[in-house]
Amino acid sequence: MTTSNDEIFEALCGLLEPFNTQKVDLKPTTDISADLNIDSVSVMDFVMEVEDKYDIDIPLNLLSETRTLQDLAVVVEQRISGS
Amino acid sequence: MDLLDKHEHLAERHKLMLSLGGNAVGLRMEKILSPTRAIIGGRETILAGTNNYMGMTFDPACIEAGKRALDEAGTGTTGARIANGTYAMHQDLEKVLSGYLKREHVIVFSTGYQANLGMLSGLAGPNDTIFLDADSHSSIYDGCRMSGAKLVRFRHNDAADLDKRMMRMADEPGGRLVVLEGIYSMFGDRAPLADFVALKRKHDFALMVDEAHSLGILGDNGRGLAEEAGLEDEVDFVVGTFSKSLGAIGGFGAGNHRLFEMIRFASRPYMFTASPSPASIATVTEAVHQLMARPELRDAIRRNSEQLYRGFKGLGLELCCDTVSPVVAVRVADEPTAIRMWNALVNGGVYVNIALPPGTPNGTCLLRCSVSAAHTPEEISRVIDIFADVVAPDRGALAAAG
Repeated sequence: MTTSNDEIFEALCGLLEPFNTQKVDLKPTTDISADLNIDSVSVMDFVMEVEDKYDIDIPLNLLSETRTLQDLAVVVEQRISGS
Repeated sequence: MDLLDKHEHLAERHKLMLSLGGNAVGLRMEKILSPTRAIIGGRETILAGTNNYMGMTFDPACIEAGKRALDEAGTGTTGARIANGTYAMHQDLEKVLSGYLKREHVIVFSTGYQANLGMLSGLAGPNDTIFLDADSHSSIYDGCRMSGAKLVRFRHNDAADLDKRMMRMADEPGGRLVVLEGIYSMFGDRAPLADFVALKRKHDFALMVDEAHSLGILGDNGRGLAEEAGLEDEVDFVVGTFSKSLGAIGGFGAGNHRLFEMIRFASRPYMFTASPSPASIATVTEAVHQLMARPELRDAIRRNSEQLYRGFKGLGLELCCDTVSPVVAVRVADEPTAIRMWNALVNGGVYVNIALPPGTPNGTCLLRCSVSAAHTPEEISRVIDIFADVVAPDRGALAAAG
């Protein structure tokens, strides 16, 4: 089974809901930290939820270049496919 | 664009804090009177937030050793050990620590923060994977990043979560290092060491425990959580600091690995910073002797921790840890509440730490106390009384805030 990028984006939006306290409208280009005004620990906590949903690990060092939801969706897709 | 524009939000947050009272993140102590007392705002104040667990900062023997070192070896070393020379006293301290910790090798670093940077970047490299507890101290996060290793964060104190992540990462090449803390600095809880050690039978990894807040306190000899749990042989590397129970500044890494000494040549935070000053080394060396010779200090901090913990429980405060610990953190509703209460506590005569996200787990706002062996029972009672006046009346607000 493959998970499309759109499906991943939708799922990420759902998982981000508890962290998106300012109810920012989420788009693929939304910068997870800057646009949502959430701190570094909350970003890592959010990523942990993503890891659990997809049963993958996203090493923290991969996150340094992951800024937007679209960036994260790509990383998730890659980790699911094992690349 | 101005480089520092990105810090505008910090300036606003700090301004808001100042508008609510004093500078909770930069409090001026006008005169230090003892390990547990200082003049703050012109008033004598009980210090219950300085991590001075053993009250070692005013120990007469440590002060005498520091003075002698100043006279005999000068004010500073003016350089790094590998470039500018090792003083005999650096090596003497490493030997004393080696004997105390029962580890073959010890490397002294210039601060506790650098001990984690130095050990983690010396142990792991870009081909390795470090698994770190989610609630790890910033120095562990920074050391992990400095190593260039793949970093996998597991849920706090959750060995099953680590197990799952190790299985997922089973095909990754390179070595594996798991990093835990003896006592976690914000909530005061301990790592369930036996649960993690059990995973060593299933997965091949090295285990490092940071005993910064547990050294001198846990275990019959104060060697930390690993000693208390009877699992020292299972812990491959120990890190600790001199700036808490030893009352000075500096840190160490210790282990038995045959190549341990090579960390001195592979660790930038060791190689490229000035070595600890003679007075620091001398006071720490004496403080280690004191820790070994005075088990009554451990009895005192356990007694005092128990008194504060039970007292706060009796007030119905929400504590972040369900075991007695020298770190007693009280959860409050939100940042403005924490700031308001912190000011009222200082005005009432007790200094504690304010701890706010992202420096805390799970977005919590804390009034964090650290207990000292040097506190008198009367001082602890006074701290409880002041919390009864300032914090206890707000219990309902926290419940409402969820």
